Amino acid sequence: MKAAAFDYAKPKALSEALAMLAEAGEDAQLIAGGQTLLATLNLRLSEPSMLIDITNLDELKGISVIGDQLRIGALVTHTEIEDSKLIGQHAPLLKAAAPHIAHRAIRNLGTWGGSLAYGDPAAEWPACSLALNATMLIGGPDGERRISAQDFFIDLYTTSLEPNEILIATEIPIASSNQVFYFHELARRHGDYAIAGVALVANKAGNVLSDCTFTFFSVCATPIMAKKAQALVDGKPLNDELIANAVGAARQEIESIADITNSAQTKQHLIGVLLERGLKHLIA
Amino acid sequence: MSLKKKITMTVNGLTVNAEIEPRRHLVDFLREDLHLKGPHLGCEQGACGACTVKVDGKIIRGCLYLAVQANGCVVETIEGLTKSGALADLQEAFMRHNAMQCGFCSSGMLLAAAELVEKLPQSTREEVREWISGNYCRCTGYHSIVDAIMAVLQARAKGEKIKPVVALA
Ligand SMILES: Cc1cc2nc3c(=O)[nH]c(=O)nc-3n(C[C@H](O)[C@H](O)[C@H](O)COP(=O)(O)OP(=O)(O)OC[C@H]3O[C@@H](n4cnc5c(N)ncnc54)[C@H](O)[C@@H]3O)c2cc1C
Ligand code: FES
Ligand code: FES
Repeated sequence: MKAAAFDYAKPKALSEALAMLAEAGEDAQLIAGGQTLLATLNLRLSEPSMLIDITNLDELKGISVIGDQLRIGALVTHTEIEDSKLIGQHAPLLKAAAPHIAHRAIRNLGTWGGSLAYGDPAAEWPACSLALNATMLIGGPDGERRISAQDFFIDLYTTSLEPNEILIATEIPIASSNQVFYFHELARRHGDYAIAGVALVANKAGNVLSDCTFTFFSVCATPIMAKKAQALVDGKPLNDELIANAVGAARQEIESIADITNSAQTKQHLIGVLLERGLKHLIA
Repeated sequence: MSLKKKITMTVNGLTVNAEIEPRRHLVDFLREDLHLKGPHLGCEQGACGACTVKVDGKIIRGCLYLAVQANGCVVETIEGLTKSGALADLQEAFMRHNAMQCGFCSSGMLLAAAELVEKLPQSTREEVREWISGNYCRCTGYHSIVDAIMAVLQARAKGEKIKPVVALA
């Protein structure tokens, strides 16, 4: 199908884009990579009166290290993350996750910020940003505000972004030398959205993990951390018994919801499968 | 009220000026307005890869990109890339390995394969399969396509090029 008619504008600066957004009102939509938006327009699931193309905004571009934080601009594409040396060095979790996002032609356009702003519970970036304790930088009519990934993802396709705001960038604490990670997802075809996925991050000393985050995606309305399982594992030597306890805890504390093809029980089961594989991988 | 926008872009080396509605997809613009029938339309949702073209040197989905977004860009389609010979060895390998039948998917497959050959020349068979999993083929199955891409990777690794037996028109 084809999209319904709309107007199109391409502002050159963040301030100009924010002013346009304020003026055009709720009928306007931002377009970054368009890899979600255009598919929904083609299906006429959405009929905005105007698209504001933000790809010219320099404030939203680039990957850089500022002190102990890695700054990823909202317009950084999935491919740039996949190919970036800085990301490989300071946020290896993202490098591992990138190839799982769709296919190269889509990764070439789709953006980090677009994925976070859309808040798809099955998407990789929201889960990774939660696992890595990211902070979102948001621009609005009253200036900038910051919010943690934990408070950013509110519900299904719902974030704390207001309609008149633009996600500018994300800051992530850079990985330390004793930090380990694991990323895995179960999908029917490589590049398809996951049936269930996991991102594990921890500090490792011998077989002891600490400061753990166990984040699951595609199992609930938002990416979700298994906080009880994290607390169980934290600071103790990891063995088969502890792994089994953590798996049990994660399956209990996360209330999965079904999708069209998989029941909540299946997802509940897969949470345990993914956590067990991940923890075994981390101490192997 | 007309929503039409003026755009300028380079398509296969030629400068193109046009006035289009913002909702016009790049692939529709290329096919209907410029009569370039190489990029095909399948799903219009980004799933099949038949509409793959290059914008500023990168492959993209022509159905998930607006012609107005390509204003000021360099666009290349299978027609231009065939003429320049950039894909000659891949095209020859596809023919030798019977990697196309109806040809509907082939332009997208070739463009996707070309980016892999260029960006990840060390790819294993498994990586090739992963890479082209974003392009649907309903005729050949994927085996022969993977064979053809592997043949090009191996030849290029040895510094050789698979030369066309029959000159491309
Ligand atoms: C076939 C296919 C398969 C896919 N598979 C996956 C997958 O496996 N995993 C995955 O994660 N994604 C997948 N995607 C989605 C893809 O990764 C998108 O690129 C991404 O989710 C959205 O980014 P975008 O830049 O394309 O956003 P757009 O489509 O441009 O925008 C999406 C939404 O976010 C808003 N927005 C964009 N940028 C900002 C900003 N800076 N501030 C505020 N709001 C903003 C837009 O207004 C819009 O509402 C797939 C897409 C397709 C077509
Ligand atoms: S027509 Fe564009 S991906 Fe299918
Ligand atoms: S050759 Fe017919 S679809 Fe691939």
